[in-house]
Amino acid sequence: MDAQLINPFIKATLNVLETMAFTKPTPQKPFLKQDIKAKGDVSSIIGLSGESKGTISITFTEACILSIVSNMFGEKMTQLDEEVMDAVGEIANMISGQARQELEGRGKILYAAVPTMIKGKDHTISHKTTAPIMAVPFGTEYGDFTIEVCFEE
Amino acid sequence: MPLDLNMNVLVVDDFLTMRRILKNILKQVGFKKMEEAEDGAQALDMIKNADPVFDLIIADWNMPKMTGIELLKAIRADPELKHLPVIMVTAEAQKSRVLEAVQAGVSNYIVKPFTAETVKTKLEQVFK
Repeated sequence: MDAQLINPFIKATLNVLETMAFTKPTPQKPFLKQDIKAKGDVSSIIGLSGESKGTISITFTEACILSIVSNMFGEKMTQLDEEVMDAVGEIANMISGQARQELEGRGKILYAAVPTMIKGKDHTISHKTTAPIMAVPFGTEYGDFTIEVCFEE
Repeated sequence: MPLDLNMNVLVVDDFLTMRRILKNILKQVGFKKMEEAEDGAQALDMIKNADPVFDLIIADWNMPKMTGIELLKAIRADPELKHLPVIMVTAEAQKSRVLEAVQAGVSNYIVKPFTAETVKTKLEQVFK
């Protein structure tokens, strides 16, 4: 996978969380993920199609997503309920939209499917292809989250 | 038409998160009457049967059953509804999408993510 493909997703993640949740995450070193186990408690996954086939996902620890959604709603959220799950999907949706806009500017047009959400300790993330999975962890004052991007060449 | 905070507003999005955030922002701006729909089909039904009528529609693009752009086209094709202001709020920021919405007669276009200030500015541009 072209490593440059991940940069629009990192930028979009920072922009979405800063704008909608007033949170400034710190991106850490990207790595190639070797397994399908999620690095957190709740994930959203979006399939992408068009010039490439792929998947993006975002996985939050429980403490991290509860604080982020509390900021988005202006109200304290205390459990991974339907509203928080919905917000995880919408965050992934916004990141996908922003990143695809930048990729379109580079001549790569991608279409996104509807996000799906998963929760639970030790849940797994099934990417659409067997291409290498590029993961980027982020730190926030509330806890960590990770985005994963997986594209066919 | 100037901005009137007594307007009846319909917020259309399949994600309750976005309906909630938009309604919070509209409340901050000072709107008092807001209703919500989960997709374009439900919204169109509500718009056609509303009493009092809706004065402003704020709709997402990607939704099941009927998308936001289909809703916009249905409103513009209906002689009784065609003047209704429709603002689209969407994560689809690609130029081709914006152009399609403009050609279909969108009143304004807000790209997600957005701030409360952006929503306010876009509303002011529609209701000068």
